[in-house]
Order: sequence, then C-alpha cells, then structure tokens
Amino acid sequence: MSYLTQNLDVVLPRRPSDAWSQMSNPMSIDPQRQTPLLQTIGLTKRYGTFLATDSIDIDIWPREIHALLGENGAGKSTLVKKIYGLIQPSEGEMRWQGKPMTLAGPSEARALGIGMVSQHFSLFDNLTVAENVALGLDGKEPFKDMSARLEEVANVYGLPLDPKREVWRLSVGERQRIEIVRALMQDPKFLILDEPTAVLTPQEADQLFIVLERLKAEGRAILYISHKLEEVKRLCDTATILRGGKRISICVPRNETAASLARMMVGADVKEVKAAAGRRTTVPRLVVNDLNMELDDPHGVRLEHISLELKGGEILGIAGVAGNGQNELFSALSGERLAKDPGMIVIDGHEAGHLSITSRRKLGAAFVPEERLGHGTVPRMKLSENALLTGHAASGMVQHGFVNMAAMLATVDRATEIFDVRKAKRDPEAASLSGGNLQKFIVGREILRNPTVLVVSQPTWGVDAGAAAVIRQALLDLAASGAAVLVTSQDLDELTEITDRIAVMFHGHLSEPLATSDASREKLGLLMGGSTLPQMEANDAVGA
Amino acid sequence: MLLVLEKRAEQSNTVALASPLIAICLTIVTMSILFAILDKNPISALGVYFIDPLTDGYSLQEIAVKAAPLVMIGIGLSLCYLANVWNIGAEGQLLAGAVAGSWLAVKTQGTDAGAWVLPTMLLMGAVAGALYALIPALCKVRFGASEILTSLMLVYVADLFLDYLVRGPWRDPAGFNFPTTAKFDPVATVPALIEGGRLHLGVVIALIVVAGAAVLLGRTIKGFEIRVVGAASRAARFGGFKSNRVILLTFAISGALAGLAGIIEVAGPVGHLQPGISPGYGFTAIIVAFLGRLNPMGILIAGLFLALTFIGGEQAQIAMKIPLDVTKVLQGLLLFYVLACDSLILYRFRLISPSPKAHHGVV
Amino acid sequence: MELFEAIILSVLAASTPLLIAATGELVTERAGVLNLGVEGMMIVGAACGFGGALLTGSTTVGAICGIAAGTALSLVFALMTLGLAVNQVATGLALTILGIGLSGLIGAGFVGERITPAPQLYIPGLTDIPILGRILFGEDGFVYASLLMVVGVWLFLYRTRSGLIIRAVGDNHVSAHALGYPVLKIRLGAVMFGGACAGLAGAYLPLAYTPFFVPGMTAGRGWIALALVVFSSWRPGRLVIGAYLFGAVTILQLHAQGWGVGIPSQFMSALPYLATVIVLVLISRARAGGSTAPAALGTVFVPDR
Repeated sequence: MSYLTQNLDVVLPRRPSDAWSQMSNPMSIDPQRQTPLLQTIGLTKRYGTFLATDSIDIDIWPREIHALLGENGAGKSTLVKKIYGLIQPSEGEMRWQGKPMTLAGPSEARALGIGMVSQHFSLFDNLTVAENVALGLDGKEPFKDMSARLEEVANVYGLPLDPKREVWRLSVGERQRIEIVRALMQDPKFLILDEPTAVLTPQEADQLFIVLERLKAEGRAILYISHKLEEVKRLCDTATILRGGKRISICVPRNETAASLARMMVGADVKEVKAAAGRRTTVPRLVVNDLNMELDDPHGVRLEHISLELKGGEILGIAGVAGNGQNELFSALSGERLAKDPGMIVIDGHEAGHLSITSRRKLGAAFVPEERLGHGTVPRMKLSENALLTGHAASGMVQHGFVNMAAMLATVDRATEIFDVRKAKRDPEAASLSGGNLQKFIVGREILRNPTVLVVSQPTWGVDAGAAAVIRQALLDLAASGAAVLVTSQDLDELTEITDRIAVMFHGHLSEPLATSDASREKLGLLMGGSTLPQMEANDAVGA
Repeated sequence: MLLVLEKRAEQSNTVALASPLIAICLTIVTMSILFAILDKNPISALGVYFIDPLTDGYSLQEIAVKAAPLVMIGIGLSLCYLANVWNIGAEGQLLAGAVAGSWLAVKTQGTDAGAWVLPTMLLMGAVAGALYALIPALCKVRFGASEILTSLMLVYVADLFLDYLVRGPWRDPAGFNFPTTAKFDPVATVPALIEGGRLHLGVVIALIVVAGAAVLLGRTIKGFEIRVVGAASRAARFGGFKSNRVILLTFAISGALAGLAGIIEVAGPVGHLQPGISPGYGFTAIIVAFLGRLNPMGILIAGLFLALTFIGGEQAQIAMKIPLDVTKVLQGLLLFYVLACDSLILYRFRLISPSPKAHHGVV
Repeated sequence: MELFEAIILSVLAASTPLLIAATGELVTERAGVLNLGVEGMMIVGAACGFGGALLTGSTTVGAICGIAAGTALSLVFALMTLGLAVNQVATGLALTILGIGLSGLIGAGFVGERITPAPQLYIPGLTDIPILGRILFGEDGFVYASLLMVVGVWLFLYRTRSGLIIRAVGDNHVSAHALGYPVLKIRLGAVMFGGACAGLAGAYLPLAYTPFFVPGMTAGRGWIALALVVFSSWRPGRLVIGAYLFGAVTILQLHAQGWGVGIPSQFMSALPYLATVIVLVLISRARAGGSTAPAALGTVFVPDR
C-alpha cells in the first residue's frame, strides 16, 4: 500500500511513523491526537500580482519530522516566515493546537512554542555567543542565569558552545549551533529548520540528524526544509511538496525515489546534463604553485601551500564548507588580490601572480564570483554596463578611452539569446532579474569572451533547476571546446555531476585532487571535515 | 492603515525628472510660510527673490557671475559624490587656490610683469586646490581616516591661514589697516568678456567644465570607473578598477576646480584678497551638486538657480529688510526637499493593513 | 597654583559641550545611524537656549529650549533617513546648513543681549577647599550633567537589555529585524537622544560658557564632536578622555596666544582643527585592518513586509 498521493482529499494517518500498526488495528487511533499541532488553511501571500504562496494547506503533527520540499522560488521560505510571524498572510488561516492563530511578530510565535533556525543566520558578529542568544530570547531571565543555562542545554544536545566567545571567531557550523541552541532554550513544541545542512559537512549533517531524532523522541514536531532529496528520504516521515507557490502533493519520502520526488518538485523530468564522451585534456592552462596568502581581514582565512594544475578540456571541482578559504582563493586567482610571487599563478604559460585582474582577462581568463549582486554585477546598473564591467579589458567595448554602447548591447543580446535569459526589457537593471536569470547572464557574458580559463564560484547557488541545468551544460560545453574550468561549489551532487577531478578546501589548505569517479561522499565528507588523504588511507588499512 | 516604504524593481525615470520641480515647489510653499511668520508679504518676497533678478540685465549678468564658481565646484564635487567619497572641504580648497594665485599677484605687484601673470595665477590656484584636496584624500586612502571630517577641519585651517596673511605679511600698507591686500594690477585681473559688462572669463571656463564633465561621465571608461567605484566597491575591484586611485583622482579634480574658482573670484569680481572672499561657495556647491542630481547639465541649471537665490536674497535684504540668513534657510530646505523627492526614485510608498494583534487566549 | 586651578576649570568648561554632543552622537552611531547634523543641531540649540533664558530669565528653561530645538531638528533628520531611506551623509549636511541658517534667523535679535549665566554649585566647606574645591564642587549644572550622562550611557549600553538591543541593531540591522526587533523605532529613539544632547551642548555655550550669543558661536564644535566619537572607538570611557584632551588643546592655544609665544594667533587657533585631523589619522591607522565601528553604521534599512 502506498501513501503516495496527488490529490488532497485523502485522510492522513494520525501518526505517520505508526502507520503500519494503525493499518493492522484501526481502533488504535489515539483520540487525544485528533488535531494537528499546527495547521494552515488556504494560506496565501500576495506581492502585487505575484503569488508567493497560493492557498497552502499543511498539517504538522507532534513527534514527526515533516519535510517541506521545493526548488528555489517555490514558496517554502515565504510559507515558513508566515508561520513564524515574520510576515503577514494576505489570505488564509493558521491554527495552533486547534485554535486560530495570528502573529504580530516572531516573539509571539516563540511564546507559543514555535522556534526557527533560518538559512541565513540572525547573528551579530561583534557580540558574544551569550549576547546573541539573549537577543533571541525574551529577556525575562537574568543574563548570568541564561548564560549558564545556555552552556548546559548546548552540552546536553551535543552542540557545545562557549558563551563568552565573539561570533565572528566561530565557524559556520558553530554559528548554526548558536541558532539551534537559542531555539531549543525556549523549549519549542515545533522547530522549523530552513536548509540546515547547506553549510555542513556530511559528518556534521549526521550529527545534526542525531539531534533531530532526539528532539522528535521528546515529542516535538520538526519542519525540515530542504532540496536535498537523499537526506529527506533518510530523515523525514512526511513530505509536503511545493511548486510555484502551490502545494503539489504530500507523500512519505521513504516510499519514493529521489527521481520521483524531483519530478514532483520540478513538474517534469529534469533534463540530464550530458558530458561529452571522452573528454580530451590538452596543455596545462591554469597552474598554481605553492600559493600562500596572508590575511587581509581578521575574519578571513589564510591560504597555505595551495597547488593545482588544470589542463585545457578538464573541469576541476573544489569542494568544501563555506569559510575555508574559497573566497580567498578566488581573489588570488582572479587578481583581486596579488600573490607574493609572480610564479605562484600561471595562466596559459604566463606568470600572472603580479598581474591585475584586467591583465589576467587579457591573457584569456574569466571569472564568475559567488555573489551575483554587488560583486559580479553592480545591482542598480544596466546589463549593458555590467557587460562593460568585465568586458572593457579586451572585447572592443572601449576605443581610445571612449565607450562603445553598441558593442555592450550586442553582448547583452547574444548572452540573452544563447543562455535564455528572461527579462522584462532589452537592457534592464541587474537587480531586477531573478537569481537564475542573472546568473545565466553573468556566466554567459564570461563565456562569450571565449576564455581559455574559467574560474567560477558557486555557479548554481540559489538558482532554479532549469537555469542550473543551462549553466552546468554551458560549463561542460566550454570545457569540451578546450578551456580549463575550475568550479568551487558547496553542492557535492553538482560537483559529482560535472567535474573530472575534485579537491577539497579545508582551513586554507587544498587536498590532492581525487578522480571524481573515486570520490565517494564519505571520502569527500571526511576531507571537508579536516581529515587528510594519508590519514584516511591509514584508517582504511586498519579498519578494513 | 500603515504607510511603508518598499524598494522599486527599477529606478523610476518619471520621478527622476519630476523630483527637482516638486522640490522647488515645496520649497516655495515653505518659504511663503516663513515669510509670513517674519511679517513680510509672501508674494512680494517671492517676487523679489525669484522674479526681479531675471528682469534686469545687470542682475542677469550677476547671476551668471555668481553661478560660475558654484557650477565649477559643483561639478568637481559631483565626481567625488559619484565615487561615494564625501569632499566637504571644497571651501577650504577654494581658499587654498585663492591664496596660491594671490601670492603671485602680490609678488608681482607694481613690477612691470607681462601677460603671463594671470594664466600662471589660475594654474597655481588649480594646483594648490588639488594639493589641498589630496590631504584628506590621502588620509582616507592610506590611513582610512574619514574624509568628511578631515576635509572639513582643513576648511577652518585654510580660513585662519588666509586671515593671517591678509592681516599680516600681505596687508596693503596704504589700506587704512583693513585686512586686505592691495588691489591687483590689471595684468593679474580676470578680464571682462565685454567692456563694461560683468561677465568674465570664469563664466566661459565654467561652461567648458560642464561640457567636459558631461563627456567624461557619459562616454568614457574613466567616467564609468568613477560611477562603479561609488556604486559597488567589490564589483569595482572585480572589474579591475582601483578604488584608491579613483578617490585620489576625484578629490584632485574637485580640489583643482575649487581652487580655480577661488582664484577667479579673487582676481575677477573682487580684485583683491580679503577674508570672506567666498560667501560659502564651497558649501553652497554641495547643494548645487545634489540639486543637480550629480549630473553636469543638472548642476548647470542648479547653479544658476542657486545663484538666483543669492542675488534675490541680497535684493530682498535691501528692498524688504529680509535677513540674509533666510537665503541659507531656503537653500537648506531646497536640499532637504530634493533629497526627499529623490528617494522616490528608488522607493515607493505602499499602504498596508497593520499587523494584527495576537490572540491572547491561545495555549 | 591659582593658574593651575583656572586652567583646569577652563578645560572642563571647554570640554563639556564636546562631551555632551559626542555622547549623544555615540548612542546614535551605536544604533547604526551617522548623523552629521550635529553642528546644525548644536547651533540651533544655542540660539533657542539663549532665547529661552532671555525670555524667562532662567537658564534651566534655556537648557530645556536647547534640548527641544535639537530634538526637533533630529526628528527632521529621522524622517528623511529612517522614513524615506535618504542617504545619511547628504541629509546630515543639509541639516547643518539648515541649522546654521535657522540659528542666524532666530538669534538675529539676540546679539548684544546679556543674561545671567548658569549658576554654579556652592557647598559651604567643600567648595572652599583650595584648588580641588571649585573643580569638584563648584561647577555649573551642565558639567555635572555631562559626566552623569556619560556614566549613564555606559551603564545603559553595557548593562541593560535595551542597550544590548541598540548595539545589536548597529551591528546587523538585518538580523535584528529577523529576530523581530523594531529597527526603525529603535534608531528613531537613538537619533532623538543624539539631537537632545546636541541641543543641550549648544545651549551650554551661551548659557554658561559665555553669557551672550554670537552667530556661529559653535565654531565647528559639532564636527569635532563627530571626530571624538571616532576617536573613542564608540566607547563612552574613551570619549571622556578624548573630550578633555580636546578641551585642553583649545585652552592651551588660547593661553599660548596670551603668552606672546611669537606664533601668530591664527596658527594657534587652528591647533584644535589640525589636532582633529592628526588624531583621526592616528586612530584609523591603529585600527588598520579591522574597524571597531558599528558594522551597520550609515547603511540604509528598508524592512521587508
């Protein structure tokens, strides 16, 4: 019997995890568990004419881990912000323990017993852990007592924290601990987690799952937002799937395959990205020789002895949790920061360590940074001007100091056509494009310059599946044409899909690259968590 | 119902055009109220301020003469503000230029120097202004010190230095102890464009500066570089533009323009160096830059408009005994209204229903 | 010794307006708002303060008028920067220009008038102690208020929840908003406090420092106060040190002029301003690579709904 359902008229089992026992004895339904803990009925949010969420019904029961699935832009964050009181629904109703609930703000949600750990942490870098936690609580408890309780709760759940440390010193995983402990200290009946493992190593994610199972055993309900299907299948009892702001279906993830879940999320078969058969590699196009970079910012990461060799025709992936030096490496490769020795970075045989980014572009290199708005583009400037931003070096857009508007617009038109960039008019402001479309433009403007080396950071972060597929295909095609491509990404699935070799960054060090076919999730996870290859081999030798 | 501000998807061009006009209207309304409070007939006062100066050939020339330094300095400041650095010390740079150029005039006074004197004075004025502006710029670039505060402090320093010079070493011995230099020789004076008229070379220079800036900002890669550095510093670095160089360049240009305006004022309409050589042109130019929306043509119009208010203010003081401070208030208000209206280019207002109160009976 | 006492007293007097204005601006900046209009608010406070005292004969009423004037002007600033998301630097400059003009208008009739200056404390016995007596127990209300205010602000920022919230808002207004704190309301409060302080500091000048009003009598003190906030690394304790150092420099150059040192008086008068530049350079240099400014200082905030 399958609990898979496409329409909404079905009666859900009272306790999803006890489904089989109910099946065998229908009379065992517990009368006290008649009403869901949280219920939304027809919840809608309208921004102008745009429906971010469209009449969503969702039921959350105690003692369940409920997944909320959907791709970027499906409405998950909007739904959850309403439940937590951050925004007001345009229509519809919410019920808490059977009674109608309206929230003026998050503090009221917290008072009811709803806690949330969002994807973007609400932390204050220059304040201490204890001060950060205090700000997330209602302040009735004296600071010293709260500080002690904080340490206690953190230890109890296996998420140790030092109340006196300033947040800017902590790693991403540790910062997430603050968010979780802060939520737990209010003894929530219902905890919402928004993409919690996006910034964790696989091992840290496993640790988190243990904590979540424990919370579930304590009787709490958990809403787990993710787009990582394997995780959801492992962890969650029920899944509600959103697409385009609507609730598409409810199912039991264990009974589905990743492919069937993906199909429900995207609404069609996801286009498989095709790698050209038998990629030939040619000459080394990007070589890094023992690169060391000092800190230029106390919150940064020092780069130590980074070496890699990238040949034309191949794609090298760099995996790693954010904050391990990826941004510093990007700055060093692009020329936004200069290396100590010219020979530390070699582009197409030319020593480039001392060259500016403009000179490196003239050598045939191109770069796509992680941050689209503010780094890759100037948000309030038009696409044509943003084309000029990286194109002025060598693309005929500048003659004798004067700017050639026609050439700039031509680039915009070509990028739009080849990479399917959807926009409201011919030359809009960068900020008015959606994430996926802007990313397609940014990648497109670089690829149109026919680079021999492309360095790209987080190519599909926050981008819808369709645009992600276009971008990944473009990278594969570029490599096939003989260019060397370096991709840094936090998404192991993406790296596995398109790269030939993968190396891992940890604390400013780069591991030896593994052939992608040899790089298991477990191996990569260990490398991301700080083990080194020799260590792992030794362990394997002993363990096996 | 609650009125909230939200960001527009794209900048609104209609508001961009309408906003200075709305701002001017709002200023006129507020000024009418102010005049009424001061017991002056608002209609006549507005007339004296804004209409009368336009009816008289002499006043029209005065407006152009007063607008010239405002426009020159305003253009220079607009380059800084576009690069998101705040040169507040234009008044000091003006004085530095005035002093430097005057040095040559005083040195060659009474000697039979040739026609090279004036061009050299102007050049010295520009260079001195640029160097004086580079002090706060270097402090910012090398040490990270706030350019707002350093450039402003230097205004007081320049002012005091000028005071010292005209009361001490450069004081006209035949000047009855007034703090001023002797009148400059003709060879050190900015010539009038038309015999007997008030228009002088400075007006022409101002127009050239406007044209130059329009080309720079609209058509060159350098202008693009300045705008990107001001809009998004990380993107500027990514584009290969060096913020520090742009900061130094814009400060140097604005300092040079302010210094040039300063020496032209001294060597032109006034004819000798004295304290108070500038009725706050360096500060009014800030208003001109914003009112002109940091755009060369806009600054030209804004400069003319504010010069009009200066002349109008002087006439109002004579004709209706309205204090000169009213002009300052008018200019401050105008800046406020322009800034407020300009915000609507990026944002719009929306009415929303207020957040509902939570139900206290739950749980 | 009497000279020593006189110098200390005059340093205290010179430092007080700086301390009061800077304390207010420190709180404003801690909440993430950069208000460059301090000079404008101070000078309007001076005019209104003097006017109030002139009309009623009471310097206390004058002080209240000064506070009200500064606060009113700060509300205009708040409306623009918090309500309309206008650039804070431009608005602050506009506020200063407007303030200078307004104070000229308001104070036009005050030139030449005199009032009785603010009364000074007198405790028989204590105030009569040689040297220290007048310094510790013989000051006017403004001086004591300035010190109480600094202590109060320190306690508030570091020992109360509201102070913690203000520091949080200045560090990261996005996080504060996500946690449900009313960022704009908090900033409004901080701006108004800054305005009140600036107005009070301005009022001090014609009410206690000198018993008369002169247009432009603030002479750039508002700008020096802004520099002091930077100098203090946004910490109240250091602010006191900075304010008194500056007061000392001001008094020193006044006395040096009297000693006939041979340096022209204008150079001596320029000392405080030059000192400000040098101090700013030194303090920024010392902090190179990591500013201790509130991270959200000067940034615009428009909340999502």
